[in-house]
Amino acid sequence: MGIVVEDISKRFGQFQALDHVGLVVPDGKLVALLGPSGSGKSTLLRAIAGLEAPDQGKIWINGQEMTHLNVQERQIGFVFQHYALFKHLTVRQNIAFGLEIRKVKGTEVRRRVNELLDLIQLQGLGDRYPAQLSGGQRQRVALARALAVQPQVLLLDEPFGALDAQVRKDLRRWLRDLHHQVNLTSVFVTHDQEEAMEVADEIVIMNEGRIEQVGTPQAVYDHPATPFVMKFVGEVNILPSFLDRTYPQAGSSVFVRPHAIKIQSERTATSLAATITHVVYRGWGVQVELMLGDRIPLTAQLDRQEWEGLEVAMGEMVEVELREAIAFSEAQEQRANSPLLLK
Amino acid sequence: MLFANSHKSQKWALIAVALFYLALVLVIPALVVFVEAFDDGIGGFIAALQSRNFQKAMQLTLIATAITIPLNTLFGLCAAWVIARNRFPGRALLISIIDVPFSISPVVAGLMLVLLYGERIGWLGPLFASIGIKIIFALPGIVLATIFVTLPFVAREVIPVLEDLGPEPEEAARTLGANDWQTFCRVILPNIRWGLIYGILLTNARALGEFGAVAVVSGSILGRTSTLPIFVEQSYQNYQSVAAFSAALVLAGFGVLMLIGKAILETYYLKKSPSH
Repeated sequence: MGIVVEDISKRFGQFQALDHVGLVVPDGKLVALLGPSGSGKSTLLRAIAGLEAPDQGKIWINGQEMTHLNVQERQIGFVFQHYALFKHLTVRQNIAFGLEIRKVKGTEVRRRVNELLDLIQLQGLGDRYPAQLSGGQRQRVALARALAVQPQVLLLDEPFGALDAQVRKDLRRWLRDLHHQVNLTSVFVTHDQEEAMEVADEIVIMNEGRIEQVGTPQAVYDHPATPFVMKFVGEVNILPSFLDRTYPQAGSSVFVRPHAIKIQSERTATSLAATITHVVYRGWGVQVELMLGDRIPLTAQLDRQEWEGLEVAMGEMVEVELREAIAFSEAQEQRANSPLLLK
Repeated sequence: MLFANSHKSQKWALIAVALFYLALVLVIPALVVFVEAFDDGIGGFIAALQSRNFQKAMQLTLIATAITIPLNTLFGLCAAWVIARNRFPGRALLISIIDVPFSISPVVAGLMLVLLYGERIGWLGPLFASIGIKIIFALPGIVLATIFVTLPFVAREVIPVLEDLGPEPEEAARTLGANDWQTFCRVILPNIRWGLIYGILLTNARALGEFGAVAVVSGSILGRTSTLPIFVEQSYQNYQSVAAFSAALVLAGFGVLMLIGKAILETYYLKKSPSH
């Protein structure tokens, strides 16, 4: 059940958008396709929807093969980044669209539309036109419209991309709560890793048309499978591997999360000398930028108590311990080298 | 204070210039047509409208227009959809080709048709003659000429509106289960409405008033293949100025009627929904 994608490839001219991609979305789960622009995540979503025809491969939804069915026959719900509401129709008429196509009776249509207006909490706005709504309201209408026809799966293409930061956060949370209520197999595309971490049951990280890793937010953050994943999800320091003497020489770099760096005043056998070059107060904590020796920059994150306990300031010399460093093989590092990703 | 005043008087000066230009080019000539049509009084005007040549001319014009509008609307819609929603090799060429009727002098267009369909000298003429169809100097030729000169209007008006609309609403409709026809009627058509109407209006106006191409292709035989604009010219050449101006007034009347119709439609829809 759920969604099964088998060996899907898609090419646009010279550009390989999807490269032998396989994926299983368990029934009832909310899964995020996360990756940078051009990673293939939207193409994959659209292939599942039937809006894009793959060059090869198969797709199943709830056990039924959909590969050769057109989008109308797949019974999916799709939410677009820019809402794609019918601007010549009212909110009610937008939501009712799919039902009217299916020739559902008038009274039933009205009932269902009212039910959905309640669900999206826009009860009084049924007779407004999309132009009279805010971005967040429009997206909720788009969602109601997609849900009206009781789709088998819900697909969302960067649903919050066009919204303000605060509205985005609110709607994110709202989507997650809605999913708990409705429990429909859902896939959403995003390039915002914070969003994926907060909303999704599972994250699928994509890069250059391939899947790098699939896992829960915690698994993907704590145990990244490739350097790309580690760089894309959360912040990371990339250091030459000779610095971490506890690690065998695998590949030319080690990767360290900013919060896995301990700053102290005493020297130990494994500590490294560094100068504090900059301190940024971040409300809940402090971001400390350091320079190892005179060439290697390093970023550490500490909470306020830890920082204040140290009693050091900008320009001073301190000792640094790499509490947790991750190394990858040479081959994996090659694939991850993209200047856009280094933080 | 002084500065603000001179700014205001500048504004009024510009408006005056614009109005004067309009009066000179549009209003005064229109008034002249009106006055000359009634030079022999209302009786003269009505007699002109009842003449056999006038009736035949009006008939021809209306028939040619009635055939041209649906055909070119259909073509315009199809062309607009193909061009706005697809990238294909030759797309830019297709757009340029659709614009050709604009860049050719109508007389040249008429000549083109004669060279193509002329009974004796045309490429395809003998073919049609052998099955008994007369194109040049007959209604089919007039219709072809009218279709040619009005070809681009609907396409050119609808393409930018379709591009502006974007493919997403159509995709959304399809995800909701709508087939192509339903998508067209419920999503595309309501949104291209005004571009389409304007394109049809332009087609109508040009079809009614076309002179050059139709004059060449029809042979301008008074009472047989003269359309209304040709009738106006011929009457004027024959010193029948009342007939000429009466026919011209009728043509102008059609134009005014269309504009009134458009204004009514706009007001009606404006009242119905704020999204326009």
